[in-house]
Amino acid sequence: MALNRDELLDLYRMMVKIRTFEERVGEMYYEDKLPAFDIAAGPIPGEMHLYSGQEAVAAGVCAHLRPDDPVTSTHRPHGHLIAKGEDLKPLMAEIFGKKTGLCEGKGGHMHLFDPNLHFGCGGIVGGGIPHAVGAALAIKKRGEDRVAVSFFGEGAANIGAFHESLNLAAVLHLPVVFVVEDNLYAISVPKSVSTAVRSNAERGAAYGIPGVQVDGQDVIAVYEAAQEAVGRARRGEGPSIIEAVCYRYRGHFEGDAEGYLKPGEKESWKEKDPIHILGAQLQGQGWLSEDEVAEIQGEMTALVGEAERFARESPYPAPEEALEGVFA
Amino acid sequence: MAERLLTTSKAISEAIAQEMKRDDSVFVMGEDVGAYGGIFGATEGLLDQFGPERIMDMPISEMGFIGAAVGAATEGMRPIAELMFVDFFGAAMDQIYNHMAKIHYMSGGHVNVPMVLMTAIGGSYSDAAQHSQCLYGLFAHVPGIKVVVPSTPYDAKGLMTQAIRDDNPVMFFFHKGVMGLGWMTPNPRATGPVPEEPYTVPFGQAAVRREGSDLTILTLSLMAHRSLDAAEKLAEEGINAEVIDLRTLVPLDREAIVESVKKTHRVMIVDEDYKSFGMSGELAAIVAEDALDYLDAAPKRLAVPDVPIPYSRPMEQYVIPSVDRIAAAAKELVAE
Repeated sequence: MALNRDELLDLYRMMVKIRTFEERVGEMYYEDKLPAFDIAAGPIPGEMHLYSGQEAVAAGVCAHLRPDDPVTSTHRPHGHLIAKGEDLKPLMAEIFGKKTGLCEGKGGHMHLFDPNLHFGCGGIVGGGIPHAVGAALAIKKRGEDRVAVSFFGEGAANIGAFHESLNLAAVLHLPVVFVVEDNLYAISVPKSVSTAVRSNAERGAAYGIPGVQVDGQDVIAVYEAAQEAVGRARRGEGPSIIEAVCYRYRGHFEGDAEGYLKPGEKESWKEKDPIHILGAQLQGQGWLSEDEVAEIQGEMTALVGEAERFARESPYPAPEEALEGVFA
Repeated sequence: MAERLLTTSKAISEAIAQEMKRDDSVFVMGEDVGAYGGIFGATEGLLDQFGPERIMDMPISEMGFIGAAVGAATEGMRPIAELMFVDFFGAAMDQIYNHMAKIHYMSGGHVNVPMVLMTAIGGSYSDAAQHSQCLYGLFAHVPGIKVVVPSTPYDAKGLMTQAIRDDNPVMFFFHKGVMGLGWMTPNPRATGPVPEEPYTVPFGQAAVRREGSDLTILTLSLMAHRSLDAAEKLAEEGINAEVIDLRTLVPLDREAIVESVKKTHRVMIVDEDYKSFGMSGELAAIVAEDALDYLDAAPKRLAVPDVPIPYSRPMEQYVIPSVDRIAAAAKELVAE
């Protein structure tokens, strides 16, 4: 195993951090919404798409990224942004719609932007893929060694912009990595119904781009694939595509009745929890004790708790601020 | 016999089911229209009734499947394509405004495009800038698309039936807040009497939801509900508002607008779409063109003030017309 203890522990800690954040958001989301669920009510209104179960992908890829590497994400963006190094406080405050949030309450959980981390995302499926290509174009024009990464789901790989972006990235030989998170469903539609090929990594061949499909529950597999792809891009050797097969533990969004799942399906994927897989490997090597597991969990719970306090105590924007900021 | 009550979403799915039974050429294609039944319930139960050959879940390939609906329609099928949120239409815009809208005209009238394109609109539940728009004005702007925006379960069924039978492309915009969904803020007006047998509601006929003499409120969709609530408040203060639900923007019932303004002499337009270059401006222009001499005050417009829909609740509530702000604006207009 090429990864040393510290590197593996960093991956483990990052996955626990993301999971802890997401699960807490998932709890708070239901405040004041029940018993009769009202999507508009509570401290966190609107849709909520959480990343629990997919942590290995964000952690394994972003481990190779610098703060100045552009990343575009999706409607399920928290994990990517946390793995990119975001402070949990302004992230949580944005989810609460507060003035101290990353986007001052204008964006919300699906529309998070941080220019310091070169991060953007959005609520339109596939919308971020060409942005990463454009960011890579800017990098190439300036002769920099930065790398752009676009995270998106397997559902997005059927949108025209995906195919156009791959072609553009290849023909311009750009430093970009396309990361497909195949969590098996586009909301309720399974990949087998929507996608003509088994693996989206194969689609790279149509554009002369190297592609690999990896087990997205195995953070080391993701890490190694990303190391290769990010390295290629950083050396100016062009784009790559990685498909990581993973699973959504909380459905498409909070409130998803998940009537489309097969019986026992989620349970079987929970047995392949990416955090437990790496935890067991670390413990097997004597690199992580039970006490350390609890210690890491305690640390992450405290961090998320601080972010929650910050978000709750922050003020809302003034209503009239809605009128500001349409133009620069 | 007691009237049968349905939610708007059930009224829509019933209309589709009845037309599918009547006409083999009708089929549904869209994202999550099958097992999920449509994210907003417009196709609920249809997969069980008609199977996956006629209730077709689509990949997230909007340009592809909306364009395919256009192609199937030109071959005589009557596809109903659903794309979850109107905000997503950008991904398919070329097929909508260059092809669906224009093929009939460009062909010299020789080719028809009898399809329905339906989608959800509207905000007020903190879904932010890319999931809360209305945009019916954008599509009504393009010649060749009929634009339907129902506010009641009765109208939703009758207008959907009409839309499916129409030989033209019809865009059918249902507001999430009028569908009667269990997970949205409760709205008593989203449930109402709906006859079981098939019927149509003709396009281009506005409905006078409330008669009044002091001002005319021109509106549609969820804003019709809020305008009616505002009218009740105004009535307590002795102001009688006439509320006109336009029901379809294309074709538009100009006559109903003008007749009402001739009676009340004051007009306010309540619109959840963006203010500039949209429905509210168009209606104000029609009033100016056809009823200027009858006006005692300039037309008043209440619409989203040309900003994307912000996420945070206080800001969102500030930009989308509320019952209180509709009532306040009406009072200002009557005082002018």
